[in-house]
Amino acid sequence: MPTYKLTVNKKKYKVEVDADTPLLWVLRDSLDLVGTKYGCGIAQCGACTVHLDGKAVRSCVLPVAAVEGKEITTIEGLSEKGNHPLQEAWATVDVPQCGYCQAGQIMSAAALLASNPNPTEEEIMTAMQGNICRCATYNKIKEAIQIAATQK
Amino acid sequence: MTMNTTYNRRSFFKVSALAGGGVMFGFHLLQTQQAEAGLAETLVNTSGLNGYIQIDSKGIVTIMSANPEGGQNVKTSMPMVVAEELDVAWKNVIVKQAPLDTKNFVRQVAGGSQSLRFSWKALRTAGATARQMLINAAAKKWGVNASECTTSEGIITNAKGQKITYGEIAEEAAKMEIPKDVTFKNPKDFKIIGKSTQNVDMKAITTGQPLFGLDFKREGMLYAVALRPPAFGQKLDSFDDTETRKVNGVKDVIKFGDKIAVLATSTWAAIKGQRALKAQWKEGTKLESTEEHDKKMLAFLDTPSTAPKRNDGDVKAAFASADKVIEKVFQAPFMPHNTLEPMNFFGHVTAEKAEFVGPTQRPEQTRKEVATLLGMKEEQISIDMTRIGGGFGRRLMWDFVLEVAEISKLAQKPIKLVFTREDDMTCGQYRPASKYKFRMAIKDKKAVAYHLTGTGTNGQNFVRETFFPAGAFENLLMESHNLESNITIAPWRAPITNFLAFAEQAFFDEVAKEIGADPVQFRLDLFEQARANAQKGMKFDYDVDKSIGVIKLAAEKANWGKAQKGVYQGFSTYYSHNTYVAQVAEVVLENNTPVLKKIICAIDCGIVVNPVAAVNQSEGGVIDGVGHAMFGDFAFVNGKPQANNFNKFRLIRMNEAPKVEIHFVPSLNDPTGLGEPTLPPVGAAIANAIAAATGKRLYGFPFVKELGTQGS
Ligand code: FES
Ligand code: FES
Repeated sequence: MPTYKLTVNKKKYKVEVDADTPLLWVLRDSLDLVGTKYGCGIAQCGACTVHLDGKAVRSCVLPVAAVEGKEITTIEGLSEKGNHPLQEAWATVDVPQCGYCQAGQIMSAAALLASNPNPTEEEIMTAMQGNICRCATYNKIKEAIQIAATQK
Repeated sequence: MTMNTTYNRRSFFKVSALAGGGVMFGFHLLQTQQAEAGLAETLVNTSGLNGYIQIDSKGIVTIMSANPEGGQNVKTSMPMVVAEELDVAWKNVIVKQAPLDTKNFVRQVAGGSQSLRFSWKALRTAGATARQMLINAAAKKWGVNASECTTSEGIITNAKGQKITYGEIAEEAAKMEIPKDVTFKNPKDFKIIGKSTQNVDMKAITTGQPLFGLDFKREGMLYAVALRPPAFGQKLDSFDDTETRKVNGVKDVIKFGDKIAVLATSTWAAIKGQRALKAQWKEGTKLESTEEHDKKMLAFLDTPSTAPKRNDGDVKAAFASADKVIEKVFQAPFMPHNTLEPMNFFGHVTAEKAEFVGPTQRPEQTRKEVATLLGMKEEQISIDMTRIGGGFGRRLMWDFVLEVAEISKLAQKPIKLVFTREDDMTCGQYRPASKYKFRMAIKDKKAVAYHLTGTGTNGQNFVRETFFPAGAFENLLMESHNLESNITIAPWRAPITNFLAFAEQAFFDEVAKEIGADPVQFRLDLFEQARANAQKGMKFDYDVDKSIGVIKLAAEKANWGKAQKGVYQGFSTYYSHNTYVAQVAEVVLENNTPVLKKIICAIDCGIVVNPVAAVNQSEGGVIDGVGHAMFGDFAFVNGKPQANNFNKFRLIRMNEAPKVEIHFVPSLNDPTGLGEPTLPPVGAAIANAIAAATGKRLYGFPFVKELGTQGS
């Protein structure tokens, strides 16, 4: 199996996996970073969202061979102390129900706020369109993003 | 570590001193709970203690929550109830999921999805008993009467004004007798209950810590992904695993029953191996299709039942003498649960014992089933619960635990079984497909007789003969027919009522319109009739005043009948899981297409323990109801499910979620269910608003299909 050098949350890793292995499974199975979730495997639900050079991507359809040399950020590395404005707003509003989708939601929202610190409601909905919450916490998610935006 | 253990007669409670001067109270959560049918089933036959309160010498209180958390907030709300009666400050409380492998106590195997409703009294008793023992210990030390002592936030005070903290007296409390009777706080004095309290797992969730079954790992385990028959009714004929065995990381391929498991060192290798399998399938039982189900169920709707579920008065005569009969048929497809965390479970079966870890809503029953499968004693089997990435009823089933048990036994290795999304949606269990025929006899512009026939796949009863409108009509007939099918079913959030409520409440709207009555007034009149009939001895399960209470609250909050120009309102109300709900949906027309803007929802669920969580859950139920009513579709052709992932099965997304306003009826009554009751009525609220806006009536899920639009 080939070896890949990855930079995840500013740390360097070497992994030995097949070239077609989606980043999602490298993170979860090889690197023990299980915050990134599997929901569909076909870029439909957003549970696996991570940042690739700051952009939100679906790690379930991103082969490991395509991410070498890029900066990968997962929910575990979004902030040092778990205190990204979104993480705090999530707590303030008490967003999660089952919680399974929430890492992906936060990562999508974080990429949005990084590129657009003051999104309109419409822009939030467009950016979050790819993230399913089966427990339907959508209105709370929207509220939390709006709160985090005012905090930046 | 433990000593001085005392059991009381009911063996509900157990107390032990802790090394270092603390006390641990163990209690049995399920003993005082009554069993209920359906999704809220409880498991009374539990052998051990499953809830604990620990107070250390510094007064830090640790409450161990026994229940699996899947979004119902039980891990936060249940300890809140204990802390309230114990009378401690919430900031000094640490909540833990009770560990399963503790040596101190019997393994915790608690029932699945029972809500606060079932454990309310048990939790209060536990907290109050512990408090009383602390007081008794202090009174003894001071040589005073316990009745003169009071508590506040973990401090006991006597009549002379002497004080002692729970931490200081904890060790002494462990030696006290367990009181037989304890008094509860007056709900008016609650300090923790009724205050919004943050989810105790918040930080772990927002920082991606391992919490869920899918996150669980064990040294040396292999990942397993299974290939199952692609159609219901099929069996395995033969298979070729040559290509699978060439996949890097694949360690083994194991046939079990009609399924084949691929074992590998990573999830991805197992998935690749599964995809590379070449299997031939043969017909075992008939391959069924939705089309044929539909035909058979429609025929049932015209077939009188030999054993009606309810038959009041003389329905036949009432219909014969009616001025007019309104008759409508409503239809619902099968529905997958689609929990966002797909089914998965860890299992390790050896000759001596079997260990399981994962997300389940029903560990106790699962353990029984596994014991039968493996031919082991229940004591040899442990089931550890992780946080649950969504249940909705799917995880009340145990098929995936049996599978991992079988695979691990054959492989003689620790195994983590993972379902791909495709596996989860196609090999799973479904809400049964169902149909209803409603008939209403109208005489002198009044609804005088009601006849409901329900049918569906693999169900005992598709009607609810003790719910409204039973009692509201002197002449009422309810019948149910079962269609046997080889497509497996499971409870789905608010079983049966999740569609029945829509059909009934949409039908009532149409009837109201037909006789020229206001939809809200029409319901109120029916409930008044139920009150009158109750006085004549008619029996039903709901409370008339509470029913009327939520209807009036919803109507008032929504400004019923006085909506802004261009806003069309629809009304719906339903009672389920002991909770009363009434809703008003608001729809506007954009380019002549109805667009749902808002749902106003009134709820009577007794006392609200944790308001923020209660709002979350209620809102989640509403939006989930909107989503499945609008988009939920699932069909079979020759036994094969026609959707297998989220590109083919449409779930509601953020831009489709309406605003939701939740209003609770202020109440000090015991809490009732909240995970389910807001879902059933919502479809009708929307459909009735759409009818008000467009004149078009909707008779089935998904609405987008009936409306011929993309919907939003
Ligand atoms: S798992 Fe990647 S989008 Fe669903
Ligand atoms: S919180 Fe359960 S899927 Fe979003």
